[in-house]
Amino acid sequence: MTAILAVAESRNGELRKVAFEVVAAARQAAEALGGGEVHAILFGAPGIAARAGALGRYGADVVTVVEHPALGRYSPEVFAATVAGRLKSADYRAAFFAASAEGRDLAPRVAAKAGVSLASDVTGFEFQGDAVLARHPAYTGKVIVTLRLTGTPALLSLRPGAIAPAEQPRDARIESAAPALDPGAARVTVTDVAARGSAKLDLGEATIVVSGGRGLRTAENFKLVEDLAAAIGNAAVGATRAVTDDGWRPATDQIGQTGRLVSPDLYIAVGISGAVQHLAGMRTAKTIVAINKDKDAPIFKIADYGIVGDLFEIMPRLTEEIRKVRSHQ
Amino acid sequence: MEMRFSLAGDRKSLNQAGLKYEMGDFDGYALEVGLQLAEKQGGEVSVFSVGPDGVQETLRKALAMGAARAVQLKADEVPFDGLALAHALAAELKDGNYDLILFGRVATDTANGTVGPMAAELLDLPCVSSISQLEIKGGRGTAQRELEGSAETVQFSLPAVLTIDEGIARPRLASLKGIMAAKKKPLEVKPAQLGPARLTVESMALPPDRPAGRIVGEGADAVPELVRLLQDEAKVL
Repeated sequence: MTAILAVAESRNGELRKVAFEVVAAARQAAEALGGGEVHAILFGAPGIAARAGALGRYGADVVTVVEHPALGRYSPEVFAATVAGRLKSADYRAAFFAASAEGRDLAPRVAAKAGVSLASDVTGFEFQGDAVLARHPAYTGKVIVTLRLTGTPALLSLRPGAIAPAEQPRDARIESAAPALDPGAARVTVTDVAARGSAKLDLGEATIVVSGGRGLRTAENFKLVEDLAAAIGNAAVGATRAVTDDGWRPATDQIGQTGRLVSPDLYIAVGISGAVQHLAGMRTAKTIVAINKDKDAPIFKIADYGIVGDLFEIMPRLTEEIRKVRSHQ
Repeated sequence: MEMRFSLAGDRKSLNQAGLKYEMGDFDGYALEVGLQLAEKQGGEVSVFSVGPDGVQETLRKALAMGAARAVQLKADEVPFDGLALAHALAAELKDGNYDLILFGRVATDTANGTVGPMAAELLDLPCVSSISQLEIKGGRGTAQRELEGSAETVQFSLPAVLTIDEGIARPRLASLKGIMAAKKKPLEVKPAQLGPARLTVESMALPPDRPAGRIVGEGADAVPELVRLLQDEAKVL
């Protein structure tokens, strides 16, 4: 029986949401191929093994934990050598990565080491004979390309948020392994990780994103966006490029063609006209709400619900109404 | 600029009418980083592109911006498979003794973002991807790359492969003098030694139009109805 490998990501000693998505996708692949095993691999500082069992909830049969004091942070060469070694150790049909900042770096390295091709930033997939058909948004999201990936193992990186992690509980067997390369011998070393951005919740992990544009007029007025995000609770704050270019928000908050690509359940666009570059970063959101004073703004063409009017009147009211809803939940 | 895409009759490629190919945004940043480093620290910049003769226009532009030489790795079609491209580039770059090999973080059209790190592996060179800050000193480099919600500081030894994100350098405009000088600079054409393409385009589709949305109302009075719809209809609150 062929197995599927899932590379689970952690940060600061905790599993990331994408770790569950990747394991769930691997489980989905295993089921489509007749119910083989899913093997997850998890790197971290000593102590990360305590988190490994949670991957069983999404369908991992085995979790291989690679603990090392130097692996609390991403170590590209160590991770790549270890995952590539793991791929060679068994008969894997496919391996799944997250198309996160870490996975976008790791997956192509592993592919080149293993001499196999990689379908990157994939939003859906199916196995067809000896090929995998993978959906991949390209041309700034304006064309959905279906790719045919041949060769074994097939490597895929999944766009965060694109695949909902379904629970398929198993008692995962936890194993430990040593890194395939001495972290001290790596030519590339992460020496520091500094928190960035103002939002507590990361844009890629949040199920709800509230985003602001030039219509807010000043950096101070972003408080309206932050207040709404805070009232919602599980929301992150994003911005358009015009806003980050003007320094109202850090560049890391930018959503769009050259910034973050997000697919939340709910995207609330506040004072955003809807330039095509911005739409490229959020058009895959499940529900889009737009608040804008210009009824002809392009954002209304893709929004599910819109309110036309003065955001400075609408936003405090919306925040208040949502606080009421949340207090009843 | 708003680009409207339409599909060709085979449903596997874009209708080429009206399409204009240019240097990718991130490739422009990478070229500018290379030019600035060469100006400050000495050395020269060579530019490479895999593709049909149409890429010569982009290579000439790079020469006009200040690159010293250009090489077209000629291929009738540019494969979608990043590994096939990385093979062609690694074969060309392996004997070049370059201190730094710079790539754009991702091509804005195919949106794969894989060729740089793949080429680095094939060349067995250290690699840092998606960097937004860079300092080179005494044969070592320090770069910063953005993660979700945080930033990594990364140290590496030279020679190295880097892929360049936004925020590091805005590409310069070519001067008239540069454009004139570019005409005399070497542009070499060689066949691309592409690797096997195991990632190919099966089909293309335009994303479905989102169902027409609705304007819930005007002004703050529309808020209660919006909240009701988000709860009861969209079920996202």
